[in-house]
Amino acid sequence: MERKKVTIDGNEAAAYVAFRTNEVIAIYPITPSSNMGEWCDAWAAENKKNIWNETPIVSELQSEGGASGSVHGALQTGSLTTTFTASQGLLLMIPNMFKIAGELTSTVFHVSARSIAAQALSIFGDHSDVMATRSTGFALLSSNSVQEVMDFALISQAATLKSRVPFLHFFDGFRTSHEVMKIEQLTENDIRSMISDEMVIAHRNRALTPDNPFMRGTAQNPDVYFQGRETVNQFYIDCPGIVQDQMNIFAKLTGRQYNLFDYYGASDAERIIVMMGSGAEAVEETVEYLTSKGEKVGILKVRLYRPFSIDHFINALPNSTKVITVLDRTKEPGASGEPLYLDIVNAISEKHINGELKFAYPKITGGRYGLSSKEFTPAMIKGVFDEMKKSKPKNHFTIGIVDDLTHTSLDYDASFSVEPDETFRGKFYGLGADGTVGANKNSIKIIGEGTKYFAQGYFVYDSKKSGSTTVSHLRFGPKEIKSTYLINKANFIACHQQGFLEKMDMLDDAAEGATFLLNTLIPKDKVWNFLPEKVQQDLIEKKMKLYIIDAYKVGEETGMGVRINTIMQTCFFAISKIFPKDEAIDMIKKSIKKTYGSKGEKIVQMNFDAVDKTLANLFEVDIPAHVTSKIKLADAVSANAPEFVQEVTARIISGHGDSIPVSMMPIDGTYPTGTAMWEKRNIALDVPVWDDEICIQCNKCVIVCPHASIRAKVYDEKLLSNAPATFKSTKFKGKDLGEGMAYSLQIAVEDCTGCGLCVDVCPVKNKKETKLKAINMNQQLPIKEAERANWDYFLGLPEYDRTKLNISAIKDSQFLVPLFEFSGACSGCGETPYVKLVSQLFGDRAVIANATGCSSIYGGNLPTTPWTKNKEGRGPAWSNSLFEDNAEFGFGFRLSIDAHNSQAKNLIKKYSNEIGGDLVDAILSADQKDETGIYDQRERVKMLKEKLTAFMNEGFDGDKLSDLTHLISLADYLVKKSVWIMGGDGWAYDIGYGGLDHVLASGKNVNVLVLDTEVYSNTGGQASKSTPRGAVAKFAAAGKTMPKKDLGQIAMTYGNIYVAKVAMGANDLQTLKAFIEAEAYDGPSLIIAYSHCIAHGIDMETGMKNQKAAVDSGHWPLFRYNPDLIKEGKNPFKLESKGLKIPFKDYAYMETRYKMLTKSHPDLAAKLIEEAQHDTEVKWKTYEQMAALPGNDK
Amino acid sequence: MDLSTTYLGLNLKNPIVPSAGPLSTNIDNIKAMEDAGAGAIVLYSLFEEEIEHDALELNHYTLANTDSFPEAQSFFPVPYDIKIGGEDYLNHLRKAKESVNIPIIGSLNGKKLGGWVDYAKKIEQAGADALELNIYILSADHHKSCTTIENTYLDIVKSVLENVKIPVAVKLHPFFTSVSELVFKLDQTGVKGLVLFNRFYQPDIDLDKLEVIPNVLLSTPMDLRLPLRWTAILYGQVKADLAATSGIYSAEDALKLIMAGSKITQMLSCLLKNGIPHIAEVLKHMVQWMEEHEYESLNTMRGSMSYINIADPAQFERANYMKVLHSYK
Repeated sequence: MERKKVTIDGNEAAAYVAFRTNEVIAIYPITPSSNMGEWCDAWAAENKKNIWNETPIVSELQSEGGASGSVHGALQTGSLTTTFTASQGLLLMIPNMFKIAGELTSTVFHVSARSIAAQALSIFGDHSDVMATRSTGFALLSSNSVQEVMDFALISQAATLKSRVPFLHFFDGFRTSHEVMKIEQLTENDIRSMISDEMVIAHRNRALTPDNPFMRGTAQNPDVYFQGRETVNQFYIDCPGIVQDQMNIFAKLTGRQYNLFDYYGASDAERIIVMMGSGAEAVEETVEYLTSKGEKVGILKVRLYRPFSIDHFINALPNSTKVITVLDRTKEPGASGEPLYLDIVNAISEKHINGELKFAYPKITGGRYGLSSKEFTPAMIKGVFDEMKKSKPKNHFTIGIVDDLTHTSLDYDASFSVEPDETFRGKFYGLGADGTVGANKNSIKIIGEGTKYFAQGYFVYDSKKSGSTTVSHLRFGPKEIKSTYLINKANFIACHQQGFLEKMDMLDDAAEGATFLLNTLIPKDKVWNFLPEKVQQDLIEKKMKLYIIDAYKVGEETGMGVRINTIMQTCFFAISKIFPKDEAIDMIKKSIKKTYGSKGEKIVQMNFDAVDKTLANLFEVDIPAHVTSKIKLADAVSANAPEFVQEVTARIISGHGDSIPVSMMPIDGTYPTGTAMWEKRNIALDVPVWDDEICIQCNKCVIVCPHASIRAKVYDEKLLSNAPATFKSTKFKGKDLGEGMAYSLQIAVEDCTGCGLCVDVCPVKNKKETKLKAINMNQQLPIKEAERANWDYFLGLPEYDRTKLNISAIKDSQFLVPLFEFSGACSGCGETPYVKLVSQLFGDRAVIANATGCSSIYGGNLPTTPWTKNKEGRGPAWSNSLFEDNAEFGFGFRLSIDAHNSQAKNLIKKYSNEIGGDLVDAILSADQKDETGIYDQRERVKMLKEKLTAFMNEGFDGDKLSDLTHLISLADYLVKKSVWIMGGDGWAYDIGYGGLDHVLASGKNVNVLVLDTEVYSNTGGQASKSTPRGAVAKFAAAGKTMPKKDLGQIAMTYGNIYVAKVAMGANDLQTLKAFIEAEAYDGPSLIIAYSHCIAHGIDMETGMKNQKAAVDSGHWPLFRYNPDLIKEGKNPFKLESKGLKIPFKDYAYMETRYKMLTKSHPDLAAKLIEEAQHDTEVKWKTYEQMAALPGNDK
Repeated sequence: MDLSTTYLGLNLKNPIVPSAGPLSTNIDNIKAMEDAGAGAIVLYSLFEEEIEHDALELNHYTLANTDSFPEAQSFFPVPYDIKIGGEDYLNHLRKAKESVNIPIIGSLNGKKLGGWVDYAKKIEQAGADALELNIYILSADHHKSCTTIENTYLDIVKSVLENVKIPVAVKLHPFFTSVSELVFKLDQTGVKGLVLFNRFYQPDIDLDKLEVIPNVLLSTPMDLRLPLRWTAILYGQVKADLAATSGIYSAEDALKLIMAGSKITQMLSCLLKNGIPHIAEVLKHMVQWMEEHEYESLNTMRGSMSYINIADPAQFERANYMKVLHSYK
């Protein structure tokens, strides 16, 4: 039977089967598994059916812990239930997994395996998470490819129903979950024939029901718990056989025979690699090559890892086995070996001891590879096989890194390659914004579905949210593709952005005779001279062909703008000649119609026009015989950067992080701050330019700048004498900061993302030309060099004394140095202005606990961090623990700092005589509520430390020496520390809410900043409990039907928590006051900050207008609730906005998240918007009543 | 009293017809209009430009940040079953038809010629009894001659007429060098109705913000004079039915226009100000006036005060202007 071929990724393959074989699906987003839940939610919203012709109920929970609890509940009440997760999410499911397995409950969890956060978080793939579940009692079934994901999703579902053992079906995060591959799609009949009604009904008959009441989940005592635990043994003994039976049934259906352990290689192989996961495919490819050269090698793929069947394993090994190397994609520090290795050692030993081993006891070694999606290539595999030839092969080795500390790593020849010549290999370099990845996903579909070729696409992104670079790796050809690694010998390379030429060495990987396609503004006859020396050299030496296109021109002419995907895709098909030209054009157009048809004829036509105009603008360039260029690839960082940045950070920036040896990595995840300043990304085509003549010096542009790229300084005008010629300065308007002062507004044009928020908020208009403001966007390139010098000069000007600034005024507050700068957040981010404000106001004494999410990624994802320090070397100390525990994590900071402070106070009291009573009294009674108070205390502590150092030199010993040594190390804690707990609404409203509530209720002095985007932004816009009614989000594809949770209102019920709701775009002064008050309040404070976001589908340039509209509609009432006012007999609640000025829908329909529902479900949209209006009015009235309440003094 | 009239070949129980505008975006309002006695309803306009804008906007924002970041390939759910082709308008039209018994006239403002035709056909298929073409071209391009602009009007009308069977009316603005010439050319296309006149949105300037701001001004009774004059001039000289709109607030206003020659009178501003039930008031007073002045039907009075039927037709031309000026002496 001919089945449909589809080109999909691993997540979609898993979701396809899971949706059809389940009745209840409980989900929660976590990379890289989120897409599985998203697919199911979207299909449910479309009313698609499972094999019982019902639409599964898809429900989002508040955490993976919650999801697994609901899965457990739904299973116990008889529904076929599933969930999807990874990494920390899987860890949160472990308690329920023990329960589900202990109760012998049939279910399949689909897991895109991902690293566990240890010294650092990583979203990428390895088996650390899956390995942490080994003791739960779940069966562990590994898929190595996208086809296997679909197949094993079904086999595991059938096996769990038959065996009653729950299954964890896993595949490698990103490498398989996100790899787009042409596969054969299972039919509804295939699925039906594997899932019998009898098994489903048997599962249902075990359900809790009052019609047949029983209890499950008792508590047991020492007398019987042990025996109870042993009752399940037979099920685990039977399970492998059942899985094999289902694999055999599946083989009869589809022709694809799988076994619990599958061996590939020479029948007389002596060296066998044992492993599981996508890397096994690359090993198989390498084995095929090596055996063709006569090498006696093989690979044993482990499919069913738990329950581990020793018999099946031994039987799968060839009798010629002499050396076994077990590769684990995980690390267990301190263990005698990684888990699969230990299982294999044990299996061989048991069989040997029992005399059942069919060959002599082999050498067994184990090694680690591929952690966090580290490349695992045929070259590395060859290195492992070569090691196995040695008389004493290295054990507990690593492959793929250079471990120059404990010398675990194996050497290998990196140039070794086994990629078959008949496979086309293309690499495409693009920007996230230009649609390169989308175009390549589309090309793979066209090729996959239009030819008999096998096809594979894999996409690599950098970690920035603005100006991110993407590299697409496309393979297709007549031979099945098992290359589960990046392309390293490409025969087609496309550069979709001219700016990359000097930033990266794209042709390094080009094969001889390869083609280079370049998108450039430079015409055909001049382009050669613009190419860097290395590019020219590669083109000549590798006998390459060069094609150019001005895609920007075509984009401009056809309305495509910067999204040049269709144009570059057309070039690719035209040059690669996979199809005859007309056929290719026809296929691209059909694909456009399919992709964009639902978005209206206009969009389709625009893309058609782009296709038609492309070919006339595509030219081949003759390659001269000699290199003429002197242009070199740019250095990643300036030569002035610190040593660590030069040696480590720069290598990561330039894409050579893989070559960094272990010895150069920090041992415990500790990194220097202040590194983003060295990564001059130059991503903005247009940057703001200051018009000093009409500027009123309000500093509003400075406060909103999400990237701290606009700075204002006030300084003595005498300092201007040696300013660069183009440095702008004007007389400072105002006398409060002294006479003869100058004012400058300076833009860091190499760090600016060009978002334009500054221009939008500028209140000044040029009277002669009203389209101009006091700050206007202009091209970056012509002013780059001059502004670089101006920026350096500006940084050299002294900062104004912060103790003399009136920081409760917007203008003065923005003379404070930001200690959060140049983050990789989205251009125009709505969160970072608040984060930056914290850094300006309190950064020099702040400790920050950051929940996982956008803010932890733009704050802490290598290579650089925006957190930085001031000239005194002080600045925010930052850490990310987890997603779910951030409030508790920050609470721990508070407890620890309080303990240090208390100990220091006790010690200075104890040694008051030695230190001097006046100084001790002054330190103990210091008022540190404002900048002057902090400064004075720092001076006292400085004096204290000088005294202590002098004492130490006097030669104390015994307890006194110990005390004073402690006091020196604790003295800085006598200066007030500001604890900030930051995160998004996904954390604060959902997964971390329980902890947040507890910490707020503790009464401790912590400051909580909720960066509320009303959606899980980092993982792609899933609904949280903050998502408003009527908004569309992932997991709420048909619009959120429930109202937004009022976190502020809940917190205010305690009465002793400072609560503020702010929106900088609506009232920046109220925002500033709230931050200052919250920090000054000696107790818990909560600031909920409206943060516009790309997930709202808005023009980020005018995001502050959306903030204002949210406030004006009453959706986001601005208020401050200050418990200190209660003591003064006043009403603590101040309502500070004029709500209900505009209807809710006038605000909502500024944003795609609301508007798209009117296009998909117009009636529902109308109903929900009306309900949302009602929500707004009710909330507003409640707030008005609260604000009208008299204080105790009335 | 017989207030019935025909318009575009449709039989209406009276000539009071709410014109295209925001009131008809709501089905309850449409029902209320029927209850208040409206003879027919012109639905709010479908704007092709708005549909295109929505399509471009949705496409832009749902794609803008896709495939840029490893944790999020997109930021919106898979766009399933999105309908961007005026479906909301067409569904609304269908619902309006289901909700009332009086004729529903669709209104269309196209952008490209193809768009005018496509959406006209869609409106016809959705069940509209007739179609009003809300042609609204304001050219700031001095290279474009008035002939070119007027030919665009004619091309649109001809193309639509070739593709739909329902009667078609054209709503015009008064700012042509020769309204008469264009009207006569339009009349020759076979258009069934001419609606006099469209009122342009006129921008304003906010002096504080130094911004151009949209400023929708409702018509006043004074605005009645323009359609009154042109209805009177055109009555009897064109085959198409004349419909007057702008500044109609009272029964007297409606009666004047009918005497000038209009088949129906379209009102919007007065309903926005006074509410939908005002239709009933107007109808009641029309009947009262006609009874008092012993008219039995509208047919008797229609065109009685038109250019061709009054003693001194020049009064509707320049002389009238002179007379007004002289009256201030």
